[in-house]
Amino acid sequence: MALELPKDKWSGSVQEVVIGATAADGGTRTAAVTVGGETTMPFVHFEAETPNRPVLALEIKDFRPNDWSTLLLDVWGEATNDPGAWAKAAEEAGADLLLLSLSLTDPEGNPNTPEAAVKAAKAVLEGSGLPLMVYGPGQAEVDNELLVPVANACQGERIVLGICEDKNYRTLVATAMANGHLVVGRAPMDVNLSKQLNILIKDAGLPLDRVLMDPTTGALGYGIEYGFSVMERLRLAALRGDAMTQSPMSVNVGFETWKTKESKVGDDVPETWGDWEERAISWETITAITLIEAGADIVILRHPESLKRVRAAIDNLITAPELS
Amino acid sequence: MAISGIEIYKMLPKTNCKDCGFPTCMAFALKLAAKQVELSACPHVSEEAKAQLAASSEPPVRLITLESDGHKLEVGNEVVLFRHEKTFYNKPGFFFLVKDSEEPAAITARVKEIDAFAVNYVGIDLTVDGFAVKSEGEGAALAAAVEAVRAGTKRPLILIGDDPQVLSAGLGKLDGEKTLIATATPENWEAMTDLAVAHKASLVVTAGSLDELAELTPKIKEKGLPNLVLDPQVSNFNDGVVKNTILRRMALAKNFRPFGFPIIAYPYKAGVPEVEIALATQAITKYAGFIVLENFAPETFYGLLVLRENIYTDPQKPIQVQPGVYEINQPSPEAPVMVTTNFSITYFSVANEIESSGLPGFLLVADAEGMSVLTAWAAGNFDAEQIAKDVKRFGVEEKISHKSIILPGHVAVLSGELEEELPGWEIKVGPREAVDLPAYLKQVA
Ligand code: B12
Ligand code: SF4
Repeated sequence: MALELPKDKWSGSVQEVVIGATAADGGTRTAAVTVGGETTMPFVHFEAETPNRPVLALEIKDFRPNDWSTLLLDVWGEATNDPGAWAKAAEEAGADLLLLSLSLTDPEGNPNTPEAAVKAAKAVLEGSGLPLMVYGPGQAEVDNELLVPVANACQGERIVLGICEDKNYRTLVATAMANGHLVVGRAPMDVNLSKQLNILIKDAGLPLDRVLMDPTTGALGYGIEYGFSVMERLRLAALRGDAMTQSPMSVNVGFETWKTKESKVGDDVPETWGDWEERAISWETITAITLIEAGADIVILRHPESLKRVRAAIDNLITAPELS
Repeated sequence: MAISGIEIYKMLPKTNCKDCGFPTCMAFALKLAAKQVELSACPHVSEEAKAQLAASSEPPVRLITLESDGHKLEVGNEVVLFRHEKTFYNKPGFFFLVKDSEEPAAITARVKEIDAFAVNYVGIDLTVDGFAVKSEGEGAALAAAVEAVRAGTKRPLILIGDDPQVLSAGLGKLDGEKTLIATATPENWEAMTDLAVAHKASLVVTAGSLDELAELTPKIKEKGLPNLVLDPQVSNFNDGVVKNTILRRMALAKNFRPFGFPIIAYPYKAGVPEVEIALATQAITKYAGFIVLENFAPETFYGLLVLRENIYTDPQKPIQVQPGVYEINQPSPEAPVMVTTNFSITYFSVANEIESSGLPGFLLVADAEGMSVLTAWAAGNFDAEQIAKDVKRFGVEEKISHKSIILPGHVAVLSGELEEELPGWEIKVGPREAVDLPAYLKQVA
């Protein structure tokens, strides 16, 4: 080109992080996944190559969830009764990695137990060779109680443990260090809070090549614009050289979109909302692609059709276009 | 790019003659930089300085206006690359494609359906902005198609074709409107420019490369047509980000005038509905000013309309509703009282559920500075004290015959404190999500 392209000069880059360990590295995964490493704003190919593609995770549960949309329960069918089978189905659907999110209770309403959590994690590791993320139910004490035994049982697999928050990161970081795992930290949509959390995690001893950052997002129509902007700001800060903002970003799009009314409910909605299933899939797809444009490195989804559509976009986004 | 007061000062006569009404040229320059006065207030400024100042005071991305009977769409005037730096101002227009090879009756029917579509999001009716009519044959066919479109909608139009004579036949049916015509190329640009000038239309410009595009727009401008739109010929996701980023960065960061125009995107060219939606998603986030779609389905178009609304909200001002007591389904004094925050998304999720439950109720919208329930709670803007204050301020007690109030399930922790703030009241905890409100109300009613 004769035009002088408007390249920005950046001094920083996103940290590269490897999730999952193959036999060669002391684990059992069929392949590891590498995320991060970017040196430009998302897909600005004329500045530099994008070294690693954004990856897509599918979320599965230890028990058949009773609060998931029937659209999801139907599409995963029988597999939802068995985390191992669900993991296999998710791998076949094209996921790059899996998120096992542990439930607070079993289907009878009894508290979840460490034994059950370990059993589910083992079943997932056997059912699929994909790298694994494991999240607790989101209550500090229960998370620690369930995740520590899971981390021990999965030693050497380089799984991602989540979610670390400012008041609840020590135990997870300690067990990640002891077992060769990674953690994901989540701060509520704020650059400084994300930074502070990374400082805490690093000071607790975990090297930054084992830390992911969840900046928190909202679904389309429910706060996505805040998520979009905080991610753009975090990526800009990372490129400008602020080390504590350089972790790859992971966002849980499936969780957020499938709790919106647009996705959850098929009856008694305005006629102008159209077909339920297509609307729900579009809600998840539009949210995912929007956040990938803002710099997401890991996007967690729930519906296999959303995964297919987002993957097609990524396949193209990641290749440098020809500019004549 | 904005020009500083000092730079303007250097171009003024520096005589401090006060004819402009300001004590010094510097004072005038500062006002001018702040866009609070017009340059014409200084009678002594040189022609050369005038030209220079006019050029530098042009917006970095030109404002393009389309207008038809009762409708107006403004696109452009953007000043930032990232919405958090200020805001994105003018939402991209959504246009649905119609081909003149289709039956006129079918065209009218399709256009009518899309034109009538309005989906409510946080109290705003979201709709399509217009239609793009694509020529695939003779002028007569285009003219007939334009008439068929006009039988179904009054919204602004884009006419697409490469033959100026054919397009002229279509434009002949649109007297008095401000349309957008596509597409001027290095081959046909002179005739296209004449046509656009004659019809007061804006013109989409394209070329085989961005280099050629940069050469072409100044020529058209020079020929007397400043209202241009850029078509960078995006064919997929990867070149969409790259080309639109180049255009927008050069316009804003480098003040490169040849690219100082809105961008048009054609996601419909993907030919596959799912890919069309995905490309439109990208176009909304990455700088498109006009977005041409083909496959119309309420369930997917709704999502795109909402995304556009979200990305173009001002980050400094959450969309809010007025705090107060809202009466839903004509409540009598026995009807339940629920409390929520004044963030629009929150208010409408809750109000819509109460309304569709058919059950009467009072919704107390507390002044939570426009934040969602949990955000406001975490920020200290939605606590027991605030709720109690608003219960009194809005005279809730005078409207009801009971003393009980329902809290959002997410802030169940507030119930103890609220009991203290509102002595004698019964504090109930509702479900966490608004979707579950109708069932809950049926149960407590
Ligand atoms: C968008 C967002 C923001 C935006 C603000 C948007 C706004 N105008 O409110 C920004 C980025 C500014 C923000 C800031 C903060 N946020 Co914030 N934010 C969110 C986010 C992503 C979405 C919130 C949202 O819009 N939800 C949609 C609305 C519709 O939900 P809602 O109001 O709760 O209403 C629903 C229900 O409550 C129910 N409901 C509502 N009213 C009623 C009434 C009755 C009677 C009933 C029955 C039901 C009901 O119906 C609705 C639909 O189901 C959430 C996380 C998430 N994904 O949910 C975090 C979240 C709310 N934020 C959080 C925090 C901590 C903050 C900050 C304090 C962080 C900080 N220190 O900077 C700040 C506070 C603001 C400040 N200091 O200025 C936390 C709260 C943690 C907690 N549990 O207390 C959350 C949960 C994130 C997290 N996981 O940590 N945030
Ligand atoms: S009228 Fe012009 S020359 Fe006179 S003081 Fe004002 S700016 Fe200066």
